Formats: sequence, C-alpha cells, structure tokens
Amino acid sequence: MSATPASDQSRSDELARLRSVVERTRPVSTADQRVLPVLGVLEDLLPGGGLQRGSVVRVRGPVGATSLAFALVAGPTRAGSWVACVGAAELGWAAAAESGVELDRLVVVRPTDSTLLGVLATLVDAFDVVVWGLSGRASNTDARRLRARARERGAVLVLVDPRRRNVGSDPWPDAADLELRGVGADWSGIGQGWGRLTSRRLVVEVAGRRGATRPRRGELLLPGPTGAPTATASPGDTGSQVDTGPQEGTGSRGDTGPQVDTVVELRGERSA
Amino acid sequence: MGDRSAPGPVRTLALRCADWPVVALGDRADAPVAVLDADRIVAANPAARALGVVPGLRRREAQARCPSIHLAERDEPGEARAFEVVLAELQQLAPRLEVREPGGCSLPTVGPSRYHGGDRALARLVAQRVRTALATHLGAGRVPCAVGVGIADGPRAAAIAALEDLADHAGRPEPDARGVGVVPPGATAEFLAPLPVERLGVEPPAGSTVADWDELTALLRRLGLRTIGRVAQLGAADLSARFGSLGVTAHRLATGVETEGPVLAAVPPDLRVSAAVDPPAEQVERVAFLAKALADTLHVELAGRGLACTRVLVSAETELGERIERLWRHEGALSPAAIAQRTRWQLEGWLATGRSAGRERGGIISLSLEPDQVVPDDGVQLGFWGDDGAARDRALRALARVQALAGAGSVLVPEWQGGRSPGEQYRLVPIDTVDLAARARGEDRPWPGRIPPPSPAVVEHHPRPVELVDRDGNRVEVGGRGLISAAPARCRVDGGPWSEVRAWAGPWCTDERWWDALAHRRRARVQVVLGPSGRPHPSHAEAHLLALEDRRWWLEASYD
Repeated sequence: MSATPASDQSRSDELARLRSVVERTRPVSTADQRVLPVLGVLEDLLPGGGLQRGSVVRVRGPVGATSLAFALVAGPTRAGSWVACVGAAELGWAAAAESGVELDRLVVVRPTDSTLLGVLATLVDAFDVVVWGLSGRASNTDARRLRARARERGAVLVLVDPRRRNVGSDPWPDAADLELRGVGADWSGIGQGWGRLTSRRLVVEVAGRRGATRPRRGELLLPGPTGAPTATASPGDTGSQVDTGPQEGTGSRGDTGPQVDTVVELRGERSA
Repeated sequence: MGDRSAPGPVRTLALRCADWPVVALGDRADAPVAVLDADRIVAANPAARALGVVPGLRRREAQARCPSIHLAERDEPGEARAFEVVLAELQQLAPRLEVREPGGCSLPTVGPSRYHGGDRALARLVAQRVRTALATHLGAGRVPCAVGVGIADGPRAAAIAALEDLADHAGRPEPDARGVGVVPPGATAEFLAPLPVERLGVEPPAGSTVADWDELTALLRRLGLRTIGRVAQLGAADLSARFGSLGVTAHRLATGVETEGPVLAAVPPDLRVSAAVDPPAEQVERVAFLAKALADTLHVELAGRGLACTRVLVSAETELGERIERLWRHEGALSPAAIAQRTRWQLEGWLATGRSAGRERGGIISLSLEPDQVVPDDGVQLGFWGDDGAARDRALRALARVQALAGAGSVLVPEWQGGRSPGEQYRLVPIDTVDLAARARGEDRPWPGRIPPPSPAVVEHHPRPVELVDRDGNRVEVGGRGLISAAPARCRVDGGPWSEVRAWAGPWCTDERWWDALAHRRRARVQVVLGPSGRPHPSHAEAHLLALEDRRWWLEASYD
C-alpha cells in the first residue's frame, strides 16, 4: 500500500482533527490521575512522583514522622493548595516553615472529640490536603467513609503517627494507600558536649497498595542544615562546619574531656 | 441659614472620643492605663499621660516611665462593640453615619441641623447625647470620656475642629455649654490659619496615607511653614509643582475649599454585591465568613475596572425587618479582609447593644456591600491570599461550616511572633482576628539566643519532666557560670525507661526578663541524642531539646 504525499497529508490532518475531538470529549480526569506536586527531594521516593489526589497517606515513626509530614505538605502549599491540620497541638511551626511549608495557606483546626469526625469530613470536602495527627479514633465505618470522601473530592488525607503505639488500639483501622515510615536516623553536627544538631540522615521506607506494592527505601537529609529537606550527599563528603550554637550561649567544650566511645555515626566531624 | 449657601463641600459634623481604645476597655479610669499595638503605645488615659506615657512609646519605655501602668493589648472588635453605644445614639439624630474607625465618626449636617435648629444646637445636642450615653454605659463613678464635636465645611476641616474642641477642654471633665467647635460656613480658612501645619495630616483623604502626610507636614515645617495659614498663602501652582497632587489637596484644605482630592474616580453603577442568608444567622461568625466572600467578589469586580474601594456601605437586614447600615472609610484602600472585619465589628456591636437593651434582634437574613467611594488602584492592594481563588473560596466556606460545628475559636492560623524557645516563635491565633493580607513574617529577623535551625518538629505545650544523670547516676546540673557539672550519660522522660545519651551539646543559657520579678526566667538548654541502652548501634536516634529551670530538667521539644 503506497501512500501518496497528498493522502499522507490528509491522513495527518484527519489524525489531528480526531485528536482534538478526543481532547474535547475525554472525560474529566479522574481524581487518581491527578497528582499534587511535592518538593524535589521527595519526588523519587513517592510512586507517581507526588501525592496522589484522593489517597490516604499514613506517615509513621519510629522516627521522623512529623518532619516527613511537614515535608510532604510543603510542596502542595507552595503550589497553591490549602492544608488543614487537625489534632495538631504540639507541632513546631518554625520547623514547618523551615521545611518549606507556606504557613499562609495552612490552618489549624481544633475540634472537640464529639465533632472530630464531622470536622474531618467537612475539611476533606474542601481542602487539598488534610493532616490528621490521629488525635482521636476513627471506627471502621468512619475510616472507610472518610476514605471514600477523600477519593471522591480528590483530597489527600495525611495521617501522622509520630509516637510508637501499642498495636491494640490503632486509631485508623482502615488501610492506607501509601505508607511512609521513618526507620533509621542519625544526626550530624553534635558530639560529646560540642556542636549542635545540624542535620539528620533519615531512612524512609515507602510501601503502599497502588503502584508501590514492593516497599522501597530512600534516604534524605530531613531536616537538612537549613531545616529544609535536602538530598543526601555522597558518602565521604563531610563538608559541614561545626557550629557552636547560639552566640549568647556559653558552651562547655572541653569541660568533660574527649569521649572515645562515640557510637552515633558523625558526619560533621570537627574539621580542625 | 448659612449652611444653605455653603459652596462645594458637604457641611459635616465630626465626633471624636479621646483615647477610645482605653475607654473601650471600660475599667480603671483613674489608674494609668495604656493600650498597645505591635509593641507601641497607641492610646493612654489622662492618668498615664500625666506620667509621661504618650502614644508611640515602646512597651519598655512606658513601663520605665510608669512601672505601675496597666498595659492592655489592642482589641479592635471590642472597641467597635463599645462604640456601637455612641453610634446607636447618633443614629437617632441622623440616618447615615460614616465610621472611620472606632472612636470617631462623621455625618452630613444639612438635614439634621435644619431640623434641630442650627449647627450649634445640633453640635451641642450631639455632644450631650454622647456624653450621657457614655456615662450610662461606662457606669457611675467613672471619669467620663472626653468628647469633641466639630462642624465645618467638609469632613476633614470638621475633624480638625473636633480635635481642637477636644484639646480645648482637655482636663475639664464637665465642659461648659460652649464646648463645641462650630466653624461658621465659609470661615474654614480663618479657623485653620493659626493651627500648626501638622493638623493638615488629620484624616488623610482617599488615596493617601498617614505616612505621606507626616512626610509632607514635616517637610513644610522644615521649610518654615509652621501654620496652615502660611500654606494657604502659597500658590496652588507652586505647591502642585513641588509636592504633586498631595500639595494640591493640602492647599485646598488650607484655603477651606475641601474636596475629596483629585484622585477620586466615579463609582461604577451596579457594583452592589449582596447575599441572602438562609437559614437566618444568629451568630456573627457565619455572617463574617459570608462577608469575606462578598468582599472578595467586590474586590475582584473593582480590580477588573482598575479601582480600589476607600469607603464602603455595609448593610444587613434581620428577619424582624430591622436594617443596619454603616459607611466605613479607610485611608488607602479597604482590602477584602478589612471589609470583612468591619462588617464583623458592625454586627457584633449591634447585636451586643440589642442584647444589653433586652431586645430581640432576630437572625440576619441578608447582607450587602456597596462601594461608596473608589480610587484608581495604584497597585498597593494585593490579592487576598494569593490568587488561587477557587481553592481559597472552598477552604473559607468549609471553615465557616467548621466554626459553626466546633465553635468560633476552633480554627486557628500560626502567626510569627519571635522568641527564644521553640514554642514562642509562632503562636496560634483565631483565624478571624487576623488580617490575612498582612501577616507577620519574620524568618529573616535575628533573635539572639534562639537555637539556630533546624527547629524541633514537635513542641511540648506542657513540658514533661526529665531525669538526666551522669555516668555515676548523679543529677546533671548547670552552674551559675553556665558550666555543666558532668557529661550526661542517661536520661528518662516522665518516669519511662532509661535511654543512653549518645551525643549531647550545650548548655546554652538564657536569662530572660531579668527586670521583671514575676516573668523572670533563667533556663539552660541542651540538645541530646538518645538511643536505647544496651544496643551498640541504634537504628534510630531520637533527638530532644531539654531545658533546665529551677533545678529541674524538662523536655521542651523533640526533633521528630
């Protein structure tokens, strides 16, 4: 079948026309096709490179759950999404701002125990991201209902579980679409009586149901030296300077003598 | 009567209550009291002023001049609620009141003065009514609030007259019958001539700010023009050449031909936005959120025409058929948040006076906003929370529902305030007390003595007790010179299991508010990295910020 140039031309025209028809008549993109952008460091870690709209993301410890939650919502707030935090009495807002959260688009809601679930449902209706510190407890039905609502409205429900809990009383009995776990951490910049906490290498395990059945692991500096999450430097690159902490403070370096049995792996060794 | 022949500007009555923010507190009339806003004194009562506490001082300076002074934070909604007493009284004399801010209002006099028998009679009547209302409201035994009333050809001249009137009988609690500042029609220029040039900056007209006028009057004074009369003698062309439109406005005021300034634009028709409230709202919160949405619509409409609103008519109607209207004015332009805030003040005050008078007000069934005066938008006004209109609208509507569900104080936003401890740097404030367009951001300002970033992600609101011991099991202490007694070895929180201290840093000592016996705090902070004891290489290290105070260790925050 030999195609003449003229028929080629008409065929490509036809294709272009059909494409535009497809474009116009395509159903509105469903919620799970859309993704909320996250900070660059987290893109490789998350399946789909962002927060899937309509999903439930559970962030848990044993370490770094709160920081991970801040890092997760930082991207959406920067892109113009609104975030509501429920049951978040003890969050450090300075840390949130340092990890890149636009506090202008963040509200904190403190419902009473009896109104908690109603408030959560209302917020899921309207906000792109709802962070729940698992302050109360959702029953099986409530959890399923909230999840269905999040999926319908294209909201992301982030459950934060910073403290290790006993297994018996899981406040969220339903499954999560994605689970992030901070499983390993070591701090740099601090020694035996000198330096200060400057950054933490955090090992994150990501597991989930959709597109991430096989758990993967990643590493990042969370918080990094400025508080913002940053990618880990290659091993051996220990250029960080030791800071002696607040200027007005009186350090007690040398008072206790050098300690030999340093167990924590230190990356920011004293350069001098 | 003379006012019929008054040319051009509208003959206006202006009312000023002295130190309204202090009066609105409603207590301690004889002890020194001052009101602070952003660490500056904004108002002080006569007792405080006698001791040298004047507006503009910092908190610390005021406390140095008068250690016994009672300092209160500014409460604008409270001021507006209290001022409603005055407005309700004036509403009986004149239908349309213009409120600039709580403590001052004005009304056109043409009709009312004819009815009450002349400007002077009206002024006296207003002064007397307001004094009586305030005395009843503040209760017997209080020193009544000083009230100044001025009538002149135009709102700004009237405001100056009211201030002069106030200054006239300052210190005299019971003014004589003369105590009103009525400037005869056409005599405004003579009235203003001997006054200091700074008076020109009273009530900046639409499109200019207090700062613009301060700069202008300071310059005029340095140029040797110390009175308004000297400014009037100059040619309008000269002032215009040197100072632009501000100079022209100043000259017009000085010569008594006050206009609203050359920058006014015509109000486009059909810009009234209104909404029905169904079911009728008994709580102000619901209406306030509606007002925010309406204000935003109005803002978008005006922005599309390149305009900004400087005076807005807010009217609400109740199911009992009552109607409440107020004109609100603002120097510069009213942002949507500011309009919503004023709506809230208006309704709160009105509901409060209804309740105290034992009258049923009924729910509010409709609300409307109408721009009354507009200026070309010179780009000062920012979009409200960025321009993500749809997301914001949805969010605000949901928050209105949440407030109805969980109570008014349940929705908060973090606001920067600065401080040394991690819990002090941000505080949570109810969302509708914040002007969302102008929020404090302070990440780049230094706070000596704070622990540098990264900041702890979890801040304990009620610090938990901690035991921190050295290798021999003795408690670790920090001496008066800021030296630690021994290297901490083990730690436990709240009587939990012991953990091993893997690394630590500090102590960093702070000595805060040493001048104040009650608020004085001395603390030493250390950062510790903990791991479970017995394991050589922990998979996860927990980092905490501990503070030593009164010889006890507390867990202040965690680097989770």
